[in-house]
Amino acid sequence: MTDTPLKTTPLNAAHRALGARMVGFGGYDMPVQYEGVLAEHRWTREHAGLFDVSHMGQARIAGADAIAQFERFVPGDYAALKAGRQKYSLLLNAEGGIMDDLMAGKPDHDGLYVVVNAGNKDADFAYLEANLSGDAQLVVLSDRALLAIQGPEAAEVMAAHEPVLAEMAFMDCARLMLFGVDCFISRSGYTGEDGYEISVPNADAERIWNTLLEDARVKPIGLGARDSLRLEAGLPLHGHDIDATTSPVEGALTFALSKSRKEAGDFNGAARIATETADGPPRVRVGLIVKEGAPAREGAGIADLEGTVIGTVTSGGPSPTLGRNIAMGYVPPSHAALGTDLQVIVRGKPAAAEVVAMPFVAQRYHRKPKS
Amino acid sequence: MHFTKDHEWVRLDGDVATVGITKHAADQLGDVVFVETPEAGKTVAAKDSFAVVESVKAASDVYAPVSGEVIEGNVALATSPETVNADPEGEGWFAKLKVSDASQLDTLMDRAAYDAFLATL
Repeated sequence: MTDTPLKTTPLNAAHRALGARMVGFGGYDMPVQYEGVLAEHRWTREHAGLFDVSHMGQARIAGADAIAQFERFVPGDYAALKAGRQKYSLLLNAEGGIMDDLMAGKPDHDGLYVVVNAGNKDADFAYLEANLSGDAQLVVLSDRALLAIQGPEAAEVMAAHEPVLAEMAFMDCARLMLFGVDCFISRSGYTGEDGYEISVPNADAERIWNTLLEDARVKPIGLGARDSLRLEAGLPLHGHDIDATTSPVEGALTFALSKSRKEAGDFNGAARIATETADGPPRVRVGLIVKEGAPAREGAGIADLEGTVIGTVTSGGPSPTLGRNIAMGYVPPSHAALGTDLQVIVRGKPAAAEVVAMPFVAQRYHRKPKS
Repeated sequence: MHFTKDHEWVRLDGDVATVGITKHAADQLGDVVFVETPEAGKTVAAKDSFAVVESVKAASDVYAPVSGEVIEGNVALATSPETVNADPEGEGWFAKLKVSDASQLDTLMDRAAYDAFLATL
């Protein structure tokens, strides 16, 4: 730990006024909970939860070469991405390790709008700044806050403010006037629920936050529930479930590898991805149900039935929705098949576990009907 | 009742000490989802980790405030860990110990001293 003072988001005073318990996360002073993690988790699954995710990094990549340059470092086909759509992707280093995971989309006709993780944003932006060439400029949007509204009632809440938002499908994005100001909005999130992420000017963040909280269907949700919600949704947390040593194949994120880009092989780490796709990776991220005893958390060993340690849990905890302990971690592909019986080692004691499909809790995205 | 700086409480009845975590500790943990209490017959020394309490976010050790032999762990907490939040200094007790040296309690804080300690945090 360093003595660097924590940064604050434009909603810091609002969190304190709501009685939030604050913690340091990604270099920011952030709310971990308001009324309690379990209550907030359940509220989001049943109603609508409002999250301050202003600690995340927002940027534009603009210029005639923006997409071609960006694609050197990510495996997604952004050239083919339609306007008004966004795509999950991975910022890869030269070895094919995941420097960060991100969302990038085309909300307007001005290049890409990108959202990256708080703890990585300085490194991500420095890397892009140093490596983008030609007519491609990184413009960091430090003048913007980011709100997420998530849950089965999120769409109705937002439609009450702007009816056109109901027409957006999962992974649609737009730039439009909301709450009287210039916003970027996408129908996406990090909970497995339907919902939106809304980028707003810093100066308007507290007003918009309070306006949304006036709706009885909406409650503020802290980072504690954000973590348990994303775990249930099977979504990896960078720095824990994936990191700069993990490839997209190991991370079970091959859905983020566009076919056209894999064939072209023209991005960081393409050779490693091709090799691991052909021969299998040395390890792969799997979901686990822990069938007895305590939750298995980050760092717990994963063993085969003979007790030989073959991997490590990268995140885990109780699933409030399932009432069971769930985890994700890495094992060799030989032990990654669904239904494989394994053990997790918690405080020196083995407990039965089984490889299961992720998400642990069904995602409820508002997907566009297949045309 | 006596208290430690690690937020355990201990209540002595004859030579039997009932031990738990304080309301402050339970509030700080938030929703308790799992408790591991020690088995009868186990010998513990003061300041040994002898139980585990887990919130949604994390696992925390619980330390024995005094030395002794475990008479009983509160097995009800295995199925109702939320009792630790609801009644931390009553039904949410963790274990009963047969104390080996009752004078160890003299090194702990009384309620007024513990409240004063909390005010410094």
